[in-house]
Amino acid sequence: MPKPNKKRNRQGRLVWLMPLLFLGFGLVIAYFIHDKNIAVFHPKGLIAQEQLHLTLFAGALLLAAAVPTMFLLYFTAWKYRESNTKAVHDPYVRLSKSFVWTMWVVPFIFALILAGVMWPATHRLEPKKKIAADAKPMTIQVIAMRWKWIFLYPEQNIATVNFVQLPVDTPVTFELTGDEVPMSSFWIPNLGGQLYAMTSHVNTLNLMAEVPGDYPGATAEINGPGFAGMRFTARASSAADFDRWVSETKQANHKLDAESYANLLKPSESNPAAYYSAYDTDLYGKVIMKYMGSHAAHDNQIETNHEQH
Amino acid sequence: MSRHIDHEAEATDRVMFGFWVYLMTDLLMFAILFAVYAVLHGNTLGGETGRDLFSLPLALQETLLLLTSSFTCGIAMIAARQRKKAQTLLWFGITFALGLAFLGLELYEFAEFIHEGHTMQTNAFLSSFFVLVGTHGLHITSGLLWMGVTLIYVMKRGLNDHLVRKLAMLSLFWHFLDIVWIFIFTTVYLRAFV
Amino acid sequence: MREFLLGKLDGHALPHEWFTIAGSIAFIAMMLATILVITRLKKWKWLWSEWLTSVDPKKIGIMYFIAGGFMLARGGLDAVMIWLQQAFSSGDSHGYLSADHFQQVFTAHGNIMVFFVAMAFIFGLINYIVPLQIGARDLASPFLNTLGFWLYIAGVVMVNMFFLLGGEYAATGWLAVAPLSGPEFSTGVGVDYWIWSLQISGIGTTLGAINFIMTILRMRAPGMSLWKMPPFTWGSLCSMVMAVTVFPLLTATLFLMFFDRYFGTHFFTTTGGGDPMMYTNLIWMWGHPEVYILMLPAFGVFTEVVSTFSRKAVAFYKTNVIGMIGVSSFALSVWLHHFFTMGASANVNAFFGVMTIFIAIPTAVVFFTWIATMYKGRIKFDTPMLWFLGFVAIFTIGGLSGVILGIPPADFQLHNSLFLVAHFHSNVIGGVLFGIFCGITYWFPKFTGIKLNERIGRQAFWCWVIGFCMSFIPMYILGLMGAPRRLDHYDASTGWQPLFVMMLIGGIIIAIGLALQIAQIIASFIQKNRLRDATGDPWDGRTLEWSVASPPPFYNFTVIPKVNSRDAFWDMKQAGDHKPEYEDIHIPKNTAAGIYISIFAFFIGFGFVWHINWLAVVSFIGILIVFIVRAFDEHPEYTLTASEVKELEAARTKQAKAERRHNPTNDRDEDMGLWELIKVIVTFGFGLARKTLTRGKA
Repeated sequence: MPKPNKKRNRQGRLVWLMPLLFLGFGLVIAYFIHDKNIAVFHPKGLIAQEQLHLTLFAGALLLAAAVPTMFLLYFTAWKYRESNTKAVHDPYVRLSKSFVWTMWVVPFIFALILAGVMWPATHRLEPKKKIAADAKPMTIQVIAMRWKWIFLYPEQNIATVNFVQLPVDTPVTFELTGDEVPMSSFWIPNLGGQLYAMTSHVNTLNLMAEVPGDYPGATAEINGPGFAGMRFTARASSAADFDRWVSETKQANHKLDAESYANLLKPSESNPAAYYSAYDTDLYGKVIMKYMGSHAAHDNQIETNHEQH
Repeated sequence: MSRHIDHEAEATDRVMFGFWVYLMTDLLMFAILFAVYAVLHGNTLGGETGRDLFSLPLALQETLLLLTSSFTCGIAMIAARQRKKAQTLLWFGITFALGLAFLGLELYEFAEFIHEGHTMQTNAFLSSFFVLVGTHGLHITSGLLWMGVTLIYVMKRGLNDHLVRKLAMLSLFWHFLDIVWIFIFTTVYLRAFV
Repeated sequence: MREFLLGKLDGHALPHEWFTIAGSIAFIAMMLATILVITRLKKWKWLWSEWLTSVDPKKIGIMYFIAGGFMLARGGLDAVMIWLQQAFSSGDSHGYLSADHFQQVFTAHGNIMVFFVAMAFIFGLINYIVPLQIGARDLASPFLNTLGFWLYIAGVVMVNMFFLLGGEYAATGWLAVAPLSGPEFSTGVGVDYWIWSLQISGIGTTLGAINFIMTILRMRAPGMSLWKMPPFTWGSLCSMVMAVTVFPLLTATLFLMFFDRYFGTHFFTTTGGGDPMMYTNLIWMWGHPEVYILMLPAFGVFTEVVSTFSRKAVAFYKTNVIGMIGVSSFALSVWLHHFFTMGASANVNAFFGVMTIFIAIPTAVVFFTWIATMYKGRIKFDTPMLWFLGFVAIFTIGGLSGVILGIPPADFQLHNSLFLVAHFHSNVIGGVLFGIFCGITYWFPKFTGIKLNERIGRQAFWCWVIGFCMSFIPMYILGLMGAPRRLDHYDASTGWQPLFVMMLIGGIIIAIGLALQIAQIIASFIQKNRLRDATGDPWDGRTLEWSVASPPPFYNFTVIPKVNSRDAFWDMKQAGDHKPEYEDIHIPKNTAAGIYISIFAFFIGFGFVWHINWLAVVSFIGILIVFIVRAFDEHPEYTLTASEVKELEAARTKQAKAERRHNPTNDRDEDMGLWELIKVIVTFGFGLARKTLTRGKA
């Protein structure tokens, strides 16, 4: 038997450093959670709030399973270190068969609980599910482009670029599509989860802001060189402020006509917010139908792309 | 010497097993192409559908050719296992000719479509059709090439263990392509008319 | 005519930006230096016949390690570039990379790390260790193995080729999701390089996986039933079965993408009836299992290491193996959790969410078997064991965050954010990379006959763990703050910069860890006489690979062992020696066919990248010819007679005895420290300089 080695023993004790590192960085996280910057932990809308609750529940449940397991693992490693002459060494130890069952059943129970909570939550928080609230719901149509977001307000007949204002406590249905843009993901972390905006498809995302304020929005999915600059501001305001804003926008100098739409369609990066007093009511439908019909449009598009190169 | 034979037999066993695994990977690749066809076959953008384009008698002829070739391939393999060189060559020759005829019909069909302006660039339905059927056609082509080369070696070297193993793999491959074709025939051609 | 000959290739393709020029110069300089050194040492013939054309899985394994090591440095450089850009590109500063270039860097980083680093190391380990563990002299098809390796090398060359010609790589993220990667939105050659580097190396992987399945299922030593296979072999088998299941999907998907880009078909385009969402589905059906293909052999490594260093047999061996099988089967049915946000119905999302949660069960079970294995053991904390303990902490963080991401409503808030990036780095670094490091440290004596320096190894380990925490814990927080991944620039008002800077510092610590590992290897070779493993069994191992010399003879086993239990070698040691009876051994001949085919495969890819059709066609015919010639070679083996084996063995025993005499102490505390290593290197450098100078005078 080789004699126990000093350095190696110290390593045995150092094993504790690993969970300590864990803990230390946990504290760092806790410190930052304290910070208001953490959008996901500071929801300003109903959906974000519920998503957070679910995340926290899952996190707590998982930690309840993982922390004891980790403790057991590091404790076992430490206890049966080579230099610990007091620990029993028995290479032929037979662990009872019931251990096997425990091994499978305990994680299974945790998984069942989590799945049991997750299944209804997934249905409850399905993005296309309408939010029940007192206020009359409203619809905003969203078109992703290279690299900006166009917002159409069909009920108010105004349009904006990279800026969206919504009244608080009012359920808002975002109808997401895209035009000549790779898949983009519509995400306002303070208000709630993202959904993809794709050409020829309409994805509906229901959100409801509860606290007035300006919240950053972005595309979370990469869609080309202008990706990082494809940001917008979502402003949640009182209903009165919202109505005032709508009437102000109605006074804007420009309409979103065919020409200005064609201009928007040209790739551009980090666009500032822009406001349009009106738009063609069938614009949104046209954008979607564009991808259902003939392929002539497509060939033109490829040609322009090649020219740009 | 008996050890040497064991060694050879083990090698054959291994190689055949490996070839089965390979066929499985190939099958999975076809499965993807079938899935893609299933998703895209309706996306004609208002153009002609499979029903308008396909000719059932032609597809039926192709099927019969390939089924027969599978049968002759089986007979050829029996001959090969009994080391009957002339019969092996004959039946594999017939298989080869049938395969070639099948390929010819398929190319004829493709040429017709392209001539009429139905290319793989036209729409998603035709893209998936050409790629699915074309991939099978490419497999047939490589099978024919393999058959041709092996037969030349059989003529030169006679039917030794090594070549019979090659032929056995080839016949597996050929039957496999036959099965894939049956799937193509039903899911692509027949379904278009249901 | 020009277009026929050269396709899209023209003067613009030559390097003209700082990074392509720098990259090209670096590559050409490295190549010239290598050529010069080999020529000076007159080693070309040796290199060709002993290594490049070798079909010995041990040598191919080592070549995988070398290539993987280079690519690790290459991918690491990309990582540093990403960290640097993100640390400084805030507010008015836009960093030193353009958006497009930054996107290329992280795409290349992802591809290189997964395909050309992790896969290389995993295949290297499997190549070297699996045949030894199952008591086989070779693989089922040595030719397929060398072909797979050389196709991998062709992929490596292809992924770096853009430095020399083209100047751009895909700027699409590592999976090049459609339609961004399609002909509409990526018009350059970047995505084509991406397609062909993955296609060629991916086909190599499929062939390699078929080969290992054949080997493991058909070539085990007599007596070794499936339930007696060592855990690493089991992990490899699970991994390879998954590989043959999903790599054909990758091949098909890449071909379809290629058709879209080359022939103008409409599979994944936004127009013409194409369906980009189908691409996302197909690529993740491969992409998710791919991670587990890397993970399962690493699980096997950890099981071996825990058992050896606890000096106990694996507890609940069958449960452990069933756990691994469970992980691999679940892994095939969770792919949709990568795009809950694409808008599938609640039922579909919830189903894949449940599958994702359930995959945690077999994983947890494997963890429990490790605890049970350590229970009542006598645990030695050599570096392999440290890597295991580091893995447990980091992988668990990654696993937990992964389960959270697997819950659709939570995923809506976390998907595509840096939280996700931190999650998979926890699993891939903490799991796969630490597993690879653990395995390499553990088997290094087997590969080289030299144990690795413990002291520097421990320092490297701590750098990795601390650097990892500093780099990736802030990343989790950034994700929760709402930072999408892949940002080349962000507003100063976000307040993210301090965390990005912290990530950079963590990254530097990781880089130091990597440098220390290189120092560790150098130091071990300097002290090779003291660290020599003359017994072939430095850790008091349990499985068959330790029963042969280190490094093993080219025929692995003089006599194929008879296996009666799981810890075959452990039992042999208990039972004591017996005299071997020599027999004839069939050895596969070296072949260069794999190299030729790979060169042609490279040119097929190259031809298609640049639309040089004749090159692709000619290369394809070339492959056919080589393949036919090889397939009808009826004598790919030669026989080593029993008496030759006997002579070889006698010579080897004599040498081993001589070495053992050189090796009086084996006290690991005397391992060279970093400081000593620097002193040795500096002294050596001075000596060399003085020698050159005095020679110049004379």
